[in-house]
Amino acid sequence: MNLDNMLTHLGEWLRGTGPDSDAVISTRIRLARNFADYPFTTRASNSQKSEIETRAREAMAQPSLTPALEYLSVANLPTLDRQFLVERQLISRELSSVLDGPRGVAFDERESVSVMVNEEDHLRVQVIRSGMALDEAWQQIDALDDAIESRVNYAFHEQFGYLTACPTNVGTGMRASVMLHLPALGITKQIEKVFKALQKINLVVRGLYGEGSRASGDLYQISNQVTLGKSEDQILTEIREVIVMILQYERQARQVLLKERKQAEHDRVARAIGTLGNATMITSEETMELLSAVRLGIHLQLIEEVPFTALNEMFIQSQSAHLQKLTGKTLEPEDRNAERAKFLRNRLRDIGGLR
Amino acid sequence: MNICQFCGQPATIHLTDIVNKKKHESHLCEECARERELIPEGSGSQLNLDALVQMIVGQPTSPASDDLPLNTTCPACGMKYGKFRSEGRFGCAQEYESFRTALLPLLERVHRAQTHRGKIPRRAGSQMELRRLQDDLRAAIEQERFEDAARLRDTIRRKEGSDEPR
Repeated sequence: MNLDNMLTHLGEWLRGTGPDSDAVISTRIRLARNFADYPFTTRASNSQKSEIETRAREAMAQPSLTPALEYLSVANLPTLDRQFLVERQLISRELSSVLDGPRGVAFDERESVSVMVNEEDHLRVQVIRSGMALDEAWQQIDALDDAIESRVNYAFHEQFGYLTACPTNVGTGMRASVMLHLPALGITKQIEKVFKALQKINLVVRGLYGEGSRASGDLYQISNQVTLGKSEDQILTEIREVIVMILQYERQARQVLLKERKQAEHDRVARAIGTLGNATMITSEETMELLSAVRLGIHLQLIEEVPFTALNEMFIQSQSAHLQKLTGKTLEPEDRNAERAKFLRNRLRDIGGLR
Repeated sequence: MNICQFCGQPATIHLTDIVNKKKHESHLCEECARERELIPEGSGSQLNLDALVQMIVGQPTSPASDDLPLNTTCPACGMKYGKFRSEGRFGCAQEYESFRTALLPLLERVHRAQTHRGKIPRRAGSQMELRRLQDDLRAAIEQERFEDAARLRDTIRRKEGSDEPR
């Protein structure tokens, strides 16, 4: 697999065309699964991990599996390539740089399916969809899970369900998350209120890159906390109901912005484009925030010059590993900021975003 | 996800300290950290060092009545219960049985449930069904319902035949 070929494409999660894509970036469901005959990854020896890897690869190499998955060993991958896969949401930071020994990931060409091997659990199966698509994602991952299970024995307990290394995942082993872009709730200062309400009903809010990551660029992942005692269907229904409500609030807040401070909002978006197109040094953090303003500007039809795909391309390609791959240079953090500014400047010129 | 070592909620506060050249990791949720006065009330984010040291050195503080001795060992993989308590991860699937007494209240706190209600994998599912049929067969024989027993025996034979692992 040539990772450099992926560089100029948008993965499934940034395709930007799914249902409710005005405020939903992507839907993701993951299942934690373990093989019955091995200790969990943290307690497995390297030779056991290597056997797990082999069995996982065999199970995923079935010709009937659609889409076809290609396996990539992460253990042998240069740091830059690992970071690249993290940025594309195909692997976790843990798999990239915290864990050791034989481990890897299988994914498809569209980057809609990824299966991490020897993460905290032997398998972390993941399906991603653009926009709000919990049902489609579940149907696909359910079928994929069945296909893998036809070749391996999962660790399963009559009472506790699918057994996982961490008891917070036991039962269904399912974490369903929806990534939302909620700038208007942020501007109108209602976001904290929404999150407090979510905690009460056992839903978790996280930043862009999952557990422990800060929310940046008004992007939030909302996911279920409970995995035991409820069916997958029930969990998905609960999340769906909440997301529908949050979307309603966000859209209302956007309408209020348009009605009460359209000029100020237009100004904010124009200044964001101005900074993106003229800065000579810019952090990824600031880039996220400015691109969030531009994203909102596009949805509120305050600007027309920046196409949606170009926005998503800037979003992913301005991140460190992508940037270094694009320029073909290893960059120190300070040089990255200069290189990032140059990249954004050129990109905006190309698409005529700067007048 | 790390879980709070006191109440089992997801931990948001992670402490690492080195005492006598030994690394101690603690994971707490905000509520328990406040309860133990690790975080001061109101604004300001300074940790309370005294309370912190006391917690780490004094660890484990009085275990709950349903807790297991920390040196309880999993017969399958040899991991001690104390290691699970401090790291929040099981070493192998058998620990769900080995540490069951301590696990049940933990599951209740985290999930407000103790029993799986979701998907059942096909293989394990058919094994579960087989076990249930065998129980039924035993009961039928004991109660001398021989027609039922014969029917159950045939069903079990058929299922066993089709479930041979590939």
